[in-house]
Amino acid sequence: MYVAVKGGERAIDNAHAWLAEERRGDPAVADLSLAQIREQLALAVNRVMAEGSLYDPDLAALAIKQSRGDLIEAIFLIRAYRTTLPRLGASRPVETAQMAVIRRISATFKDLPGGQVLGPTFDYTHRLLDFKLAADGEVLPAATAPADMADVPHVTGFLNRDGLIEQQPTGNAVPPDLTREPMELPADRALRLQAITRGDEGFILSMAYSTQRGYGRTHAFVGELRIGTVAVEMDIPELGFAVNIGEVELTECETVNQFKGSKTEPPQFTRGYGLVFGQTERKAIAMSLVDRSLRWAELGEDYTGAPAQDEEFVLMHADNVQATGFLEHIKLPHYVDFQSELELVRRLRAEVFAAQEAAE
Amino acid sequence: MTAQAPLQTPRQIWIGLLARAKPQRLAELFPDLPPHELLRAPEIGAVMVRGRIGGSGQPFNLGEMTVTRCALRLASGAVGHGHVQGRDKDHARRAAVLDALMQGDQADALRASVLEVLQAEETARRATRAAKAAATRVEFFTMVRGEDQ
Repeated sequence: MYVAVKGGERAIDNAHAWLAEERRGDPAVADLSLAQIREQLALAVNRVMAEGSLYDPDLAALAIKQSRGDLIEAIFLIRAYRTTLPRLGASRPVETAQMAVIRRISATFKDLPGGQVLGPTFDYTHRLLDFKLAADGEVLPAATAPADMADVPHVTGFLNRDGLIEQQPTGNAVPPDLTREPMELPADRALRLQAITRGDEGFILSMAYSTQRGYGRTHAFVGELRIGTVAVEMDIPELGFAVNIGEVELTECETVNQFKGSKTEPPQFTRGYGLVFGQTERKAIAMSLVDRSLRWAELGEDYTGAPAQDEEFVLMHADNVQATGFLEHIKLPHYVDFQSELELVRRLRAEVFAAQEAAE
Repeated sequence: MTAQAPLQTPRQIWIGLLARAKPQRLAELFPDLPPHELLRAPEIGAVMVRGRIGGSGQPFNLGEMTVTRCALRLASGAVGHGHVQGRDKDHARRAAVLDALMQGDQADALRASVLEVLQAEETARRATRAAKAAATRVEFFTMVRGEDQ
């Protein structure tokens, strides 16, 4: 129970003033600009956009500065801001097959049309601290090579052609939106994907990892991972046609999973899907594993009681703003609650002592 | 390669270019706005971006992006619309003015002084990214293992 408390205004004001001073740090050190955060801490910006569920790198940079680098606090700030914005509409579904890719790899095919493109990756680095970064910031321009600008086809398309992989039901049904109506379970796959793509990276990662370790194993291969920009198009009623309103950077992961087949389906590969704002490949891979794991009922697989198969467990605990709100509220004044607990414990102790005395 | 290339009308193409332009760059190329009447004052909002399950299946809601929109009418009567990514009201207004002007007799001049410049810069930016990506293209070779011999 929460009961309002009064008082403490001056202490609270002073605490916030001190917070502002601590946020600034040593005044002898140059102030951090939003452009610096946006350009040089881009992956933090991407995470805040993905989990804040609002694509705006400048706002995410501001939130990171304001939160002193506490990304969950920054995500909270973005979520609070987005509730103040009028909804102007919804885009047409983005066409990831037309993505301008900067990275595109497959763990299942080494020779694939369009090629394997590493992009700006941490893979194959030695994870040794680079002390040159502590000195000066001089970097050489990256190498270039002749590029063809053709669309890069999806790897799953090749498997589709042979009937070796399940087909995706197509359509244009308006998907449910958990920012408009409270999430209801059971959720369809579209609603699950919305919840997972804005879910906490650490939580989704752990859920995915648990499936790899055997809690609801789905034998996932990364069929394809791609990062790049896609155009965002929206139908404008006043114009009567769709226009391009901007572009967003996305990470997309498609897993290819083993499947034995069922009474109605021949043996074929199944799919898990991840799509996340920004360069967020750990999250996108994890998302596709968790998506696949949650599809057990639809695919006629056994429920083994694994957490990653439990839709309620995953979807109700994935949101770090909800989680941190509930977790951290217990530090706020609960004096009335606690007073009643205190009285209860004192009474119980008194009864125990009285009974002991009577027995002696 | 991107969606704006095929099957788009000239107006769709210029609206897209104006939306994707950096606000500062657009203001440099077209600094002074002619008189106009606002039909919808510049307004910041959010658009829900959708994806497709598996890249090609049913739509789902991916997350929102900030968008600023504006509609206005020039003295000539031409109506312009701006829907631009981000929260820059001047950008939306300038895009709407240019959309309206591009429907009139200044179109050829503006195409040369603004749109073609934006298009060339965008193409160069994309080509640079693609060329850097191409330099990281790899060929993986599987090693011969004992059981294959």
